[in-house]
Amino acid sequence: MKMNTNSNVYTIVYAAVMVVIVAFLLAFVSSSLKDMQDNNVKKDVKKQILSSLNIETADVDATYDKVVKDMLANGAELAEYTGEFNTAYNQEIKAGNFHVFVATLENGETKYVFPVYGAGLWGPIWGYVSVNDDKTTVYGVSFNHESETAGLGGEIVKPIFKDQFAGKKVLNGTGEVALTVKKNGNAQGENECDGVAGATLTSNGVAKMLLESLGNYKEFLNNK
Amino acid sequence: MSQLFSKENKEAFFGPLGANNPVAVQVLGICSALAVTAQLGPAVVMGLSVTVIVAMANVIISLLRKTVPNRIRIIVQLVVVAALVTIVSQILKAFAYDVSVQLSVYIGLIITNCILMGRLEAFAMQNGPWESFLDGIGNGLGYAWVLIAVAFFRELFGAGTLFGFPVVPDALYDLGYINCGIMLTPVAALVLVGCIIWVMKIREEKAAKK
Repeated sequence: MKMNTNSNVYTIVYAAVMVVIVAFLLAFVSSSLKDMQDNNVKKDVKKQILSSLNIETADVDATYDKVVKDMLANGAELAEYTGEFNTAYNQEIKAGNFHVFVATLENGETKYVFPVYGAGLWGPIWGYVSVNDDKTTVYGVSFNHESETAGLGGEIVKPIFKDQFAGKKVLNGTGEVALTVKKNGNAQGENECDGVAGATLTSNGVAKMLLESLGNYKEFLNNK
Repeated sequence: MSQLFSKENKEAFFGPLGANNPVAVQVLGICSALAVTAQLGPAVVMGLSVTVIVAMANVIISLLRKTVPNRIRIIVQLVVVAALVTIVSQILKAFAYDVSVQLSVYIGLIITNCILMGRLEAFAMQNGPWESFLDGIGNGLGYAWVLIAVAFFRELFGAGTLFGFPVVPDALYDLGYINCGIMLTPVAALVLVGCIIWVMKIREEKAAKK
C-alpha cells in the first residue's frame, strides 16, 4: 500500500512523532552529559579564581583545593562557608552572600580574592580581584565576558589590560572603594587604570562592576 | 566495492573539495568563515563539526526522504539539523569546554549555515544514504579547508602564531617586523576568501577551456 505523504493527517502525525522523538533524544543527551558539563563549569570558575592569583596550572581542582578556602564576608569579619562550590556569583551577591576566597600561596603569603559581577556593553562581564593581606593592594585580576566585541571590549580578558591592575589600591585615602577604570590615557594615581581604547562602554562597565561589587566588602577591607 | 566508489560517488565526494567548493565557488557559509577564522584551533573544530553534522544530517534525511511530507520538508530538515547541532554542542561542552566557550554562538549558528540546508534540499532529498554521506563529507571538508586556509594566514600574519604557538622568530621582530592587526578583523577574512575565490575561478576557466 502506498501512503499518501501529502495528506493533512499524514503531515500532522509525521510532525508530531518527529517532535516527540527529537525531544526525547535531546532530553536524554542533556541529562546524561549534565554532570560532566557542570564539572567543567566549576573547573572553569576555579581556573579563573586561580588566574587572578597569577597561578597557571593544568591540575586545576587539586591546586584550588590546596590553595583556596571559600569563605563569606559577614560585615567586617570572615565567616565559614559550608555550602557547595558556587558558580553563579551574580546570584550570590544578590542573595547577600559575599564570598571571599582566602588563598595561601606556596610562599606563605595570604591573598583575598573577591568575585565581581557587572554589565558590559552587550552582556554580562565578571571577574575575580585578588588583593594582598593589607586588604587594599591589588595582587592580580582576571576578567571574563560573554559577548563583548572581539578585539575591543573583548580585550579586557587580555594581559595588556589586566596587568595594569597589579599594585593599584582598592581603597582611597578615606577608606572608600575607589579602584576604577578611566578613559584610555587618563589614569592617574594609585586607584585608576587605563580603559581599553575604542571600548569606552565596556571599560565603564568594568569600572562600575569594580565599584559596586567591591563596595560590598567595604567593611571587611577597612578592618585591618 | 566498485559500485560504492562509482564515478558519480567520486564526483559527490571530490567535487566540493575543488571545482564545486561550497565556500569558494557556491559562496555559501561565508558568515561563519569570517567569524571563526581568527585562529587555527577554532577553525579546525568548526570545520570538523560542520563535516560531521552535514554528513549525519545528509544520511538521516536521505533515509527519510521517501516518507517526508513535501509541504513540511524544510521544517523536517531544520529539525534534524537543529537536533544534531544541539547534540554536538552538548558533547563539546562536556568534553572540550574551552573550545565550546571559544566557538560560543557559532556552533549554534551551524543550524543556519546555508551549506547544510543546501545539501539536504539539493542532494539528500534525491539520493541514497551512501551517496549522501559522501556528499556530506565532501562538502564539509570543502568548507573546512577554506576555513583552515583563511585561519592559517590570519593567525600567522595577524598574531605571529599557529595554534597559539609563536612561529615568527624573535629576530624578525627585532628587525622591526610587526604583526598586522588588520588580519585579525573580519575585513581581512573577507579579502582572503576573495583571493581564494579568485584562484578557484581562474582554475575553473582553465578547466573549461580544455
